[in-house]
Amino acid sequence: MAHLDDLISTDILGYLSAQENKSFLRFITCGSVDDGKSTLIGRLLYDSKLIYEDQLASIERDSKKSGTQGDKIDLALLVDGLAAEREQGITIDVAYRFFSTDKRKFIVADTPGHVQYTRNMATGASTADVAVLLIDARYGVQEQTRRHAYIVSLLGVKHVVVAINKMDLNGFDQAVFNDIEVDFRNFAKDLGFEEIMCIPMSALDGDNVTTSSENTKWFKGPSLLEYLESVDVDSATLDSPFRLPVQWVNRPNLDFRGFSGTIASGTVEVGDEIIVTPSGKRSTVKEIVTFNGNRDIAREDMAVTLTLNDEIDISRGDIICKIDAPAEQADQFQAHVLWMSEKELYPGRQYLLKTTNKTVPASVSNLKHRVDINDFSEVAAKTLGLNEIGVTTLSLSAPIGFDAYKDNRATGNFILIDRQSNETVGVGMLDYALRRASNVHWQDLDVGKTARSEQKNQKPALLWFTGLSGSGKSTIANLVDKRLLDLGRHSYTLDGDNVRHGLNRDLGFTKEDRVENIRRIGEVARLMVDAGLITMASFISPYRAERQMARDLLEEGEFIEIFVDTPLEVAEKRDVKGLYARARAGEIKNFTGIDSEYQAPENPQIRINTVDMSADEAAEIIVKYLEDNGFLAGYDS
Amino acid sequence: MTLITDFVARVEAFAAANGQSLSTVSRKILNDGKGIARLKEGGQCTLKTLEEALVKLDALEMELSGESKLRMTHLDRLEAESIHIMREVAAQCENPVMLYSVGKDSSVMLHLAEKAFYPSKPPFPLMHVDTMWKFKEMIEFRDRRAKEVGMDLIVHINPEGKADKVGPFTHGSAVHTDIMKTQGLKQALDKYKFDAAFGGARRDEEKSRAKERIFSFRSENHRWDAKNQRPELWNIYNTRVHKGESMRVFPISNWTELDIWQYIYKENIQIPSLYLSKKRPVVEKDGVLILVDDDRMPIGPDEKIEEKMVRFRTLGCYPLTGAVESEADTLPDVIQEMLLTTSSERQGRVIDSDAGASMEQKKEEGYF
Repeated sequence: MAHLDDLISTDILGYLSAQENKSFLRFITCGSVDDGKSTLIGRLLYDSKLIYEDQLASIERDSKKSGTQGDKIDLALLVDGLAAEREQGITIDVAYRFFSTDKRKFIVADTPGHVQYTRNMATGASTADVAVLLIDARYGVQEQTRRHAYIVSLLGVKHVVVAINKMDLNGFDQAVFNDIEVDFRNFAKDLGFEEIMCIPMSALDGDNVTTSSENTKWFKGPSLLEYLESVDVDSATLDSPFRLPVQWVNRPNLDFRGFSGTIASGTVEVGDEIIVTPSGKRSTVKEIVTFNGNRDIAREDMAVTLTLNDEIDISRGDIICKIDAPAEQADQFQAHVLWMSEKELYPGRQYLLKTTNKTVPASVSNLKHRVDINDFSEVAAKTLGLNEIGVTTLSLSAPIGFDAYKDNRATGNFILIDRQSNETVGVGMLDYALRRASNVHWQDLDVGKTARSEQKNQKPALLWFTGLSGSGKSTIANLVDKRLLDLGRHSYTLDGDNVRHGLNRDLGFTKEDRVENIRRIGEVARLMVDAGLITMASFISPYRAERQMARDLLEEGEFIEIFVDTPLEVAEKRDVKGLYARARAGEIKNFTGIDSEYQAPENPQIRINTVDMSADEAAEIIVKYLEDNGFLAGYDS
Repeated sequence: MTLITDFVARVEAFAAANGQSLSTVSRKILNDGKGIARLKEGGQCTLKTLEEALVKLDALEMELSGESKLRMTHLDRLEAESIHIMREVAAQCENPVMLYSVGKDSSVMLHLAEKAFYPSKPPFPLMHVDTMWKFKEMIEFRDRRAKEVGMDLIVHINPEGKADKVGPFTHGSAVHTDIMKTQGLKQALDKYKFDAAFGGARRDEEKSRAKERIFSFRSENHRWDAKNQRPELWNIYNTRVHKGESMRVFPISNWTELDIWQYIYKENIQIPSLYLSKKRPVVEKDGVLILVDDDRMPIGPDEKIEEKMVRFRTLGCYPLTGAVESEADTLPDVIQEMLLTTSSERQGRVIDSDAGASMEQKKEEGYF
């Protein structure tokens, strides 16, 4: 690698110590298809003499085979890695590239331009300090340019370089450059960038890439590389409030209890008074431990281990702060969400929300609006699809410590994980805690669930009957209800008849409405269980995710899933309410089993086969289950 | 009055030394770009403002002095990122393992693991998939290092391959690598049911690696799906897998070869001496110098064993790893040669020199 540095051959030790003091910058390149991103990165690598001879020989060979530049070297081939995209001639994922100069080491995220891979661009932007947006000088600011600028700003990138590329095709015409600059600044003025630097460029020929071009004497600004080498992105953050999200509790033996994590912002010194969110416990810093010896002070981005002067309970997910400016805590937020999955976001469905180090169940309680990223307008929406951005309210099952994303990228971000597939389906930025959250304090009642259920001589539970329409859910539930009454227990049954007509009469049968229907039923059932009742819920509840959501509202072991397993043919033959006939005739839409899917439980606690047994026998099995598992234990056992 | 004049003088000296404009420094210290200019022209401020400004100026001056404890070089940042990744695995995965290949990248990874969990020992074992054709010194080095660090070491050899006496000379490099390395690794991961395995791959090594996530999801069959990777934003890693599925985790993804060498030098990390030149017995086969590491190596009638000053740029199976002639017998000399050389690191490895997409295919099939 021909680092053009005489020191390498004359004084390698001197060279090594000089290289040790390099700083570090991460940036992202983005633009529309064919704006020349890969070519630009190839050019940066090529002009910084960071291409090995064998690599160069290999792309020279490939250029002739599949290149798009005739006899010239196609520098894009250096960076377009995956076979599929080589064939299509486009980049389909984020690629990370590395190069360094004497001043800095750079990590470049090369991200794709076409619509369906917006999620990859957000990925690249999330760790970038600077964004380089490419614009084809022939076409000016495009829809994609706006989209990318918006995503980059949403993810908190403050410095933007607008690389107006392919200037060679218009003879480096200053008027073209000026028009595009004005256009860009005009639409980007509300995006909150601290700095916008427009540079006229030809990535293909290297104009204004590493050195200033003779072709643009009218341009007084720096070349791209000069800018990237000098931009200051590290200044303000050390003054930010101290945050250490605890990642791992370090306990090698009984005498040492340390809290390991990467400092998200600010600095900390031995002796500093700290407060832990969300517990509110306080102590002072005893040591800042590292493998290379204890430190007096540590800063943002350092991975350290703190020990404290008091034995207080701290676990993964807590945030250690200094007492002067502790992080907020809440369980209800407004947040921007960028959806990353083919499966749409449904308000009400439960996801796992993961922040830097804490994972809690959460749901989108309300989708306020979608953001149209062409004109940044607000559009009403019921769901979010792949690559769509929305403003939402989030409801978490437990409070977390946080900062608004605009104040702190590291403690204001999160991802949403699908509970079934474990995929990362969405990412988001916390805007603020909802007032509701800070005002609602759970009343710490003296009379608790235990007291109430003991009074009733039982352990509360939620028996969740799921199965096709006409499978016999409500019939069986009613029989169980009667038997429990006979045994002197306290129970109640929720079913379509008493819920759909009242509480949920505003809901239809679309997928979103079904999700919301089950959410409300789950919440009502939870209150009933809290009241000490053995509660029965008898609903088709076709989706696993919703049943899981109801399960998650309760304590371990309280949710008993009962699969009333009646084959579709049998249920349709029974057709007690004549609904199947109407569904077949097309009079009822979204009917489970006909034109809407039913996801059977995988591991129900109880499976009832109504073909082989009567409803009475089924009820007997369920009551026996309750007895065997201690729900009916009471005083006398 | 003199307080303010002294203060302004210090700020001006700092701005000059730092090459920053007075308004930039003013913004940093007073949160107001014109603040210093106003004070200079006789403006006033409260004592409290001045005290706060002096604290910030102290910090800035410390930072500039170069000895500041708050400076982070690019190596410091890479190190911190790797530590964060390792701790995340330890905290989130049930049964992690560190794949230890005994090379320089593994040495760096092991050193980072010691740092990440200090004063605890790394809370996972090391595992080496041995092909039975590694350099003898690698095996000695591996056993010694595991003992010194105090971590458990699992060594796995593909039992079928061993029974069939699979080797590069008898079966060819492709079959040998597939059976002893790729299949051996899958066997070991299945056998111990690891849900996360650290690997020392770097994104600068090869084009398809540049696109792989740090937490790289593998299906039950250990397959990697390049087009269906989990989005990876900020430093939040989704570590969740179903039973049977797993994660390959690459904590040094963002390091380059030069970073690795610099770090080894700076931190004085132990590496096998095969990386340093000395007189070793070698035979030239197909234009590549192969070390005569044991008597299993067939010596053809036209081949002769020569003593040459050689070193190795990568370590693997000795019959598949070409030596380079070199006088570099110290670490700085090796780095110097590396920087002045003009061919990339993986070129010495037989496995990469097929068509451009071969590594991607191998990875989809489960090669690390």
